[in-house]
Amino acid sequence: MSDSSLFRDKILPIGTVVLAIIAIWYATAVFLNAPFERDQAERAKTTISFSEILPRTMAQERPVLPAPHQVFAELWDTTIGKKITSKRSLVYHSWITLSSTLLGFLMGTVLGVALAVGIVHFQTLDRSLMPWIITSQTIPILAIAPMIIVVLNAVGISGLLPKATISMYLSFFPIAVGMTKGLRSPEVMHLDLMRTYSASASQTFWKLRLPAAVPFLVTSMKVAISIALVGAIVGELPTGAVAGLGARLLAGSYYGQTVQIWSALLMAAALAGLLVMTVDIIGARVNRRMGVKPA
Amino acid sequence: MPETVISAQNLGLTFETNDGPVHALKDITLDIAEGEFVSLIGPSGCGKTTLLRVIADLEKPTGGTVSINGMTPEQARLARAYGYVFQQAALLPWRTIEDNISLPLEVMGLDSATRASRIKSNLELVNLAGFEKKFPWQLSGGMQQRASIARALAVEPQMLLMDEPFGALDEIVRDHLNEQLLKLWAKTKKTVVFVTHSIPEAVFLSTKIVVMSPRPGRIHEIIDCSELGTDRPLDIRESPEFLRIAHQVREGLKAGHSYDE
Repeated sequence: MSDSSLFRDKILPIGTVVLAIIAIWYATAVFLNAPFERDQAERAKTTISFSEILPRTMAQERPVLPAPHQVFAELWDTTIGKKITSKRSLVYHSWITLSSTLLGFLMGTVLGVALAVGIVHFQTLDRSLMPWIITSQTIPILAIAPMIIVVLNAVGISGLLPKATISMYLSFFPIAVGMTKGLRSPEVMHLDLMRTYSASASQTFWKLRLPAAVPFLVTSMKVAISIALVGAIVGELPTGAVAGLGARLLAGSYYGQTVQIWSALLMAAALAGLLVMTVDIIGARVNRRMGVKPA
Repeated sequence: MPETVISAQNLGLTFETNDGPVHALKDITLDIAEGEFVSLIGPSGCGKTTLLRVIADLEKPTGGTVSINGMTPEQARLARAYGYVFQQAALLPWRTIEDNISLPLEVMGLDSATRASRIKSNLELVNLAGFEKKFPWQLSGGMQQRASIARALAVEPQMLLMDEPFGALDEIVRDHLNEQLLKLWAKTKKTVVFVTHSIPEAVFLSTKIVVMSPRPGRIHEIIDCSELGTDRPLDIRESPEFLRIAHQVREGLKAGHSYDE
């Protein structure tokens, strides 16, 4: 049973969805790119049959929607086909984005945990900070990102840190909310228990509240790391950055390079998947060490 | 005459609620001597758990006084004079059994050698030797509750406060644990205050039964059970003395409580 379960439980359902997406993608590409071919034929005063249109819709230089194999060819060319130090290598651009994602995620985690600790221990902070934390997330990131870049530039900070700051701005929120909930998760009975031991507030924190919050932290870190990536990409858009996945998206849209845009998009998605998976694996390992009953 | 450990004088506790004041405890006067096993019994809402929590300084009384060895409950708590056993085992799920028992010892700041020896001896006391490395979910409910008793004893307190510790367990496990608890009590000579709503459990375990009645929570009657002796096998529950005391407790509960309320 167990040897067939990997295929049945993972590969089969995921593979089916992937195949369906690719099929829909091809169909949509044909549908969206065909008008251009008809238009061309009309200008050349010739008529064109559907069987002639079909292959052309999948080989345009600037298609409305590139066909999957065009995107994958571009992905192959810009990852395997280029040296990673090259400015045209997608691996290079991914690394630029990844480094500010990770820095921003780290800063966001530290900030989020610090806020949660403050909120749980001081009622004043709970009342004064929580509304601001929630408000901060209602401001469109696209509106505030250029401001952050400009302000930080004015005080002489440029490069990695401004982009990481935007990642932090997005990723601290789920951490702060999840961690606050986690630190408050111990039951009244456990808190009473610590009281019967005459435990100090810091002992109660380290021995009860913090370990109880770990599963909450793992869950919110999964959300935080993927939006940290979004933050890093958004941070590259308004800055005229020359490197990073955001810069690739922007350059692609300036020059109508849809194939380049789509390959950067797919790369970003793959990166996000990889990051979430990494957090997931680390989280599962931590949970196992903390005696969580295997499902 | 053994020394009085817990002494309550005209103790009262009133909760202010939106529907007006609730008298959880009223005029409680009670003395518990060293080495006694005292059960608090009564219907729900009679304040038996509240009384235990006042002794443990988990609730503050609004009237009267309690003293524990001449100290206030707060001083007694800070001096770690008691071990408290809750209705549920309340083990920390991320700690193994030995680490759970180590918890209060870490809070007390004991060194690791002392912790290890206390963990070992107290796990043996509750027959859990060999389960040190297990996580709580790997143990049955009865074993978890025994671990929590070992944790309370590891503090080496002068008394044990137990709040319906076997209430969530089935009767067979409960009988077994009652027997074990009596042996433990005989061995350790701790003063025990035990909250229960089971008449046979109270009679089987106690030297003294405090029958309480609700609205307001007060002491209805105090029944002495010392005539049952200290050596009590489970069969004692069919003896005439046992049945007579059980009957007296039942009558006391009936008299103090109108079931039509």
